[in-house]
Amino acid sequence: MNHGFFERSSIALLIGILIVVSIGGLIEIAPLFFLKSTIEKVQGMRPYTPLELAGRDIYLREGCYNCHSQMIRSLRDEVERYGHYSLAAESMYDHPFQWGSKRTGPDLARVGGKYSDEWHVEHMRDPRSLVPESIMPGYPFLAERELGYDNIADNMTALQIAGVPYSSEMIEKAKADLLAQINPDSDDVEGLKTRYPKAQVRNFDGNPSEQPTELDALVAYLQVLGTLVDFATFDAAGPNLR
Amino acid sequence: MAARAEVVAFSRAMALLTAVVGSVVGLMFLIRGADPVMNFHGLLFFIAFAAGGYYVFAHPRQAGPQEQSSYMDGPIKAATIAAVFWGVVGFLAGDVIAWQLAFPALNLDLPWTNFGRLRPVHTSAVIFAFGGNVLLATSLYVVQRTSRARVAGYWSPWFVVWGYQLFIVLAASGYVLGVTQGKEYAEPEWYVDLWLTIVWVVYLLVFLGTLWKRKEPHIYVANWFFLAFIVTIAMLHIVNNLAVPVTLLGTKSYSLFAGVQDAMTQWWYGHNAVGFFLTAGFLGIMYYFIPKRVDRPIYSYRLSIVHFWSLIFLYIWAGPHHLHYTALPDWAQTLGMTFSIMLWMPSWGGMINGLMTLSGAWDRLRTDPVVRLLVVSVAFYGMSTFEGPLMSIKSVNSLSHYTDWTIGHVHSGALGWVGMVSFGAIYCLVPWLWKRRGLYSIKLVEWHFWIATLGIVLYVSSMWVSGIMQGLMWRAYDKLGFLKYSFVETVEAMHWPYVIRATGGLMFVVGGLLMAYNVWRTIRGDESVDVAEQPPEAAAPELRPGMAAAPAE
Repeated sequence: MNHGFFERSSIALLIGILIVVSIGGLIEIAPLFFLKSTIEKVQGMRPYTPLELAGRDIYLREGCYNCHSQMIRSLRDEVERYGHYSLAAESMYDHPFQWGSKRTGPDLARVGGKYSDEWHVEHMRDPRSLVPESIMPGYPFLAERELGYDNIADNMTALQIAGVPYSSEMIEKAKADLLAQINPDSDDVEGLKTRYPKAQVRNFDGNPSEQPTELDALVAYLQVLGTLVDFATFDAAGPNLR
Repeated sequence: MAARAEVVAFSRAMALLTAVVGSVVGLMFLIRGADPVMNFHGLLFFIAFAAGGYYVFAHPRQAGPQEQSSYMDGPIKAATIAAVFWGVVGFLAGDVIAWQLAFPALNLDLPWTNFGRLRPVHTSAVIFAFGGNVLLATSLYVVQRTSRARVAGYWSPWFVVWGYQLFIVLAASGYVLGVTQGKEYAEPEWYVDLWLTIVWVVYLLVFLGTLWKRKEPHIYVANWFFLAFIVTIAMLHIVNNLAVPVTLLGTKSYSLFAGVQDAMTQWWYGHNAVGFFLTAGFLGIMYYFIPKRVDRPIYSYRLSIVHFWSLIFLYIWAGPHHLHYTALPDWAQTLGMTFSIMLWMPSWGGMINGLMTLSGAWDRLRTDPVVRLLVVSVAFYGMSTFEGPLMSIKSVNSLSHYTDWTIGHVHSGALGWVGMVSFGAIYCLVPWLWKRRGLYSIKLVEWHFWIATLGIVLYVSSMWVSGIMQGLMWRAYDKLGFLKYSFVETVEAMHWPYVIRATGGLMFVVGGLLMAYNVWRTIRGDESVDVAEQPPEAAAPELRPGMAAAPAE
């Protein structure tokens, strides 16, 4: 065909472009929504608790993803440094994903449980007091700011629309669950733990106030990262072999 | 041919209606917005639309027979000035965060000044604000000249240019105040995305409308690239930013996709922001400004056709190379790698087409620093489009990914290719648009070229050192089989490369400031200090003997 056809008709050129640039995306993206092998079958994954979700929103707000990945590649040194390579299932409730593209700081996919809450509190206040060579910014304001959680149920509703399996009970109890997670003596703790198995309940920032700070939420989020999937029951071969 | 009276009345009514609707929406967000940033953005929105409406009201369209007899350069001038301004802002923001990595105390421990919030300000300012305004200016300039038609619309081109500036201000102020989607290069929240979508659709219509009015039977090759850039960016932007807003009055939203699907969509978007925004659009610049500046035809028409279709077809597949060895299924990774390697061919085809256009005019490389900027940019394009396929190979990527090697690669493309070709185009455009005999000073262009080039060399080589070093340190084992280095030891080792990188970046900023000064003096109409040393092509077409510069009627 003579190329003059496209050069003489802007509509032909436009349609030609649209067809040519659509093919790659359709073939690479669309199957990921349909192929069952894309996300592994695992035990233990659950949506974030309201407090963890609030912490994740702060993680996004401060742009932590600019320097920290949450994706351990299936390479020997990474598995030894950070733990089991990341599974697709582990970020299936992450809207948006936070795999990252740069490790100016270390990977955080399995940072949960690696350090104590006290370590995180001090590290957020002044990273160089614990790691003198660190180049991370300090976030002393997180400990001083009360967490705004009036929208937490609305946020969970939006995530529910996007496909996260929050039940209406979870959304109804969102505020109570959020407050209970920093208060082990609360009557709501049992309900929280039933709704969110493996939820860690304690005062994360060391501040005795019953009102959570932004730091409470962020540390709760960091402490849950990578702790949910039960790798004792995970079978990398068999149905999960891709 | 004069516009008909009813058309003029309709265009005025539409412009005023847009201003009223925009003001009302702004007021609504100002008063009813669910969070302070939404109130603030409502205020900005309201001010922008009220000012626009006032301008439209106070400057009724005359629409005499004169209106269509010249090219419309007002919006192009505005976009050119905006490009220079945002360029300096974006380079400066980048250099500030580069120094933060070398000296973390510069983060000031405040929310608004930490690296995590400022880095999106830098990336958006250089890609979308600087690059975007260069593309608006050049595409609207080129499509009019190569179609020999005045741009379509009367208020619409102004709406595109000012609407785009509003998008930039909303996006950047949002990041600093902590409003972000948390997706790289797609940080603006849902309402800013919607606003950009509206502006972009008008941009597409203005561009297409100008093509429809063209007096030339054929659409020139630069316009193929501009059209592909506009259409594909619209597609990428809309799909990648699909999100569920928490409330229609608040800033917060959650991405519609999650995890692995979101990752794939994001890098399909992210890599093609490179492919279509930073490559296809700027190739449009190459295909117009190099031949114009050296007064030679494009080297090969046939190569242009092959270059165009193969580039846009192959680029769109390359996204998964950002996700090697991750939880993305292997088949997608392999596809991404394969197409990334194939992409080397059209990229170099385009480079050859650009470089060989200088056949018979190679001496201009020595005598005209503007030509040198344009040609060196194409050379950098060739270098980074060789490095890219190399880094997309899985075994290479296992070393380079997550390290500064990627940052260096991006900047050899961004500073070397996008930056230099933009500088070349701006130095061409300013005397042409403001009808000057030449630039205020071609000597300053010479200085700009050398300072920026040395800055890029420092930047890229220090990032090779720090990236490859860190990648090797991460995977180093001692003789007992343990990992040899802790993470923070690799951070410590990068201090000096970071200082060198920030110094190189500073040189690039200085170059940008020289350009701003030179452009300002040229626009002001100051007598050129060295017009005798400038080639005939430096002057506005009207001021060259035997040249006509008006659309055919």
